[in-house]
Amino acid sequence: MSVLEKVRPEPPVTVRKEPRVTDEHGRRIHVGELVWRYLLLLVVLALTVGPFLWQLSTSLKGPTEDIYSSPPSFLPARPTLHNYTRVADTIPVWDYALNSLKVATANVVTNCVGSALAGYALARLRFRGRRVTTLAFVLAMLVPVEGIVIAQFTTMRELGLNNTLIGVVLPGAIGAMNVLLMRNAFRNLPYEIEEAAYVDGADVWQRFLRVALPSVKGTLAVVAIFAFMGAWDDFLWPLIVLSDPSKFTLTIGLNYLHGTFANDERLVAAGTVIAVAPLIALFACLQRYFFRGVGEGAVKG
Amino acid sequence: MATPVRIRRQLPFSPWLFAAPGLLVTGAFVLYPFVSTLVNSFTDRRTLLPGHFVDLANFRELLHDDMFWTGLRNSTLYILGVVPALVILPLLLALLVQKNIPGITFFRSAFYTPVVASIVVVGLIWVWLLDERGLVNSLLETVGIGRVGFLSDQWLLLLSAMAVTVWKGLGYYMIIYLAALANVPRELHEAAAVDGAGPVRRFLSVTVPAVRSTMVLVAALSSVAAFKVFSEVYLMAGPSGGPAGEDTTLVMLVQRTGTGLTGRVGYASALSVVVFVVTVALMLLVLRADRRDES
Repeated sequence: MSVLEKVRPEPPVTVRKEPRVTDEHGRRIHVGELVWRYLLLLVVLALTVGPFLWQLSTSLKGPTEDIYSSPPSFLPARPTLHNYTRVADTIPVWDYALNSLKVATANVVTNCVGSALAGYALARLRFRGRRVTTLAFVLAMLVPVEGIVIAQFTTMRELGLNNTLIGVVLPGAIGAMNVLLMRNAFRNLPYEIEEAAYVDGADVWQRFLRVALPSVKGTLAVVAIFAFMGAWDDFLWPLIVLSDPSKFTLTIGLNYLHGTFANDERLVAAGTVIAVAPLIALFACLQRYFFRGVGEGAVKG
Repeated sequence: MATPVRIRRQLPFSPWLFAAPGLLVTGAFVLYPFVSTLVNSFTDRRTLLPGHFVDLANFRELLHDDMFWTGLRNSTLYILGVVPALVILPLLLALLVQKNIPGITFFRSAFYTPVVASIVVVGLIWVWLLDERGLVNSLLETVGIGRVGFLSDQWLLLLSAMAVTVWKGLGYYMIIYLAALANVPRELHEAAAVDGAGPVRRFLSVTVPAVRSTMVLVAALSSVAAFKVFSEVYLMAGPSGGPAGEDTTLVMLVQRTGTGLTGRVGYASALSVVVFVVTVALMLLVLRADRRDES
């Protein structure tokens, strides 16, 4: 926007009373265009959010209600939480949720600490082998996980960590992409502040903890959120490394529930709602970091 | 600036202390497994047996393994089915949510919800929706089309899984496109409008060229992801890959062959090597297409 347009006085109010909807440039959008835009938005909304709502609705329908009716009944006639208690009776769903929470929390901590440390070293510290180290992280980022799961599994067996939650966390504990994200964040900081701290006698840990780290909180939040989501949603790796049902995470537990009680749709629906609700809540609270992460991850990935 | 002083003041080993945890984890659980996958692909190693060097026997076996060709076919079909949709649909969606009309942030967030949900949740939601007696079939019957066996026919199953992948990916690529669209100068659109170009014409001759490099990026990301598809098909077709295993994808075959106490680690590693090679080839192919377009 040019300065001229901002300074220009508001045009005298015209007689028109209808509400003016404008776009980001202050241009008026015609009512006709608005109508078809909202219509399309609602159609897409039904397609993207509708399936979740249908799952929720199914999970709230009681045993006597017909869930197969045609035409379908979208709302439960008598909503009940019966299916949720049934899930807990069928599989230890709260233990699974706790396992998922442990794995996801550990993944957040290790990724934040590990990638901040390594990212700082790559961005700010000078040492022999820095370029090779950076290259190692770039290569690790390019390796497709799906191609190495078998070798990761044999490695875990050799370490005696298969079938443990630590084994679930370890391979992704410090993601190479997160290290490179943090490296870029540190590199984009103005160097002068750290130089000043250095002149004041701050050693490398003080410069890292007190000066650099507080300035990259945004990127750190993105790393944390994607670490949490990645661990909570992961399927292939926990499926391979966990075999003991008491160690299952939610996704593996759901797969088990589906495999064993596939015909009990209300039960499976209640299980999926339990698994997805925390993440949707998290997303609702921290949307902008989710969106920011897409941009940063895409540029890097 | 005065770098030599800085080096003296920092303890000689502290850079390595900083980098050590990250290096250790990526070294032990990414780079080492990568190398060991390459090595194992030339052995007959099993989960509980160390294995011997067998030269190219695993790769020769691949050529005669019908399941390998089924997996390769399905994973390749997956690229063909998913990538065009994921390059075009999110761009249209981004155009739809680009204008800041009231309530638009709600719509943007809502469209992103499938990205946030676990693939297991998404897979099971669609298994129920596409069930013989599920919502989609109820609706189809209500409008008089009749029920369709989405999850019982080999090809419909694969198509349904592709649709689920697209459905889950829409919001993610929409956000990528939104960032790209924000950088398209508005003057271009206005000039085109003044020249009498309609919306379709403006889309093709202004928007598409302006976001072309983003489209290439999306094509690269989505094709690599599509080739490595596992969860959607595993959940919708079942662990054995649908009727007669005909819906098995390459990564499903890796998982099935290499895990468990009798897992054939050597052979699964050879399959993994194919995954690597195709992944790298896809990246190079897309990047080359990008360069050719530019010149």
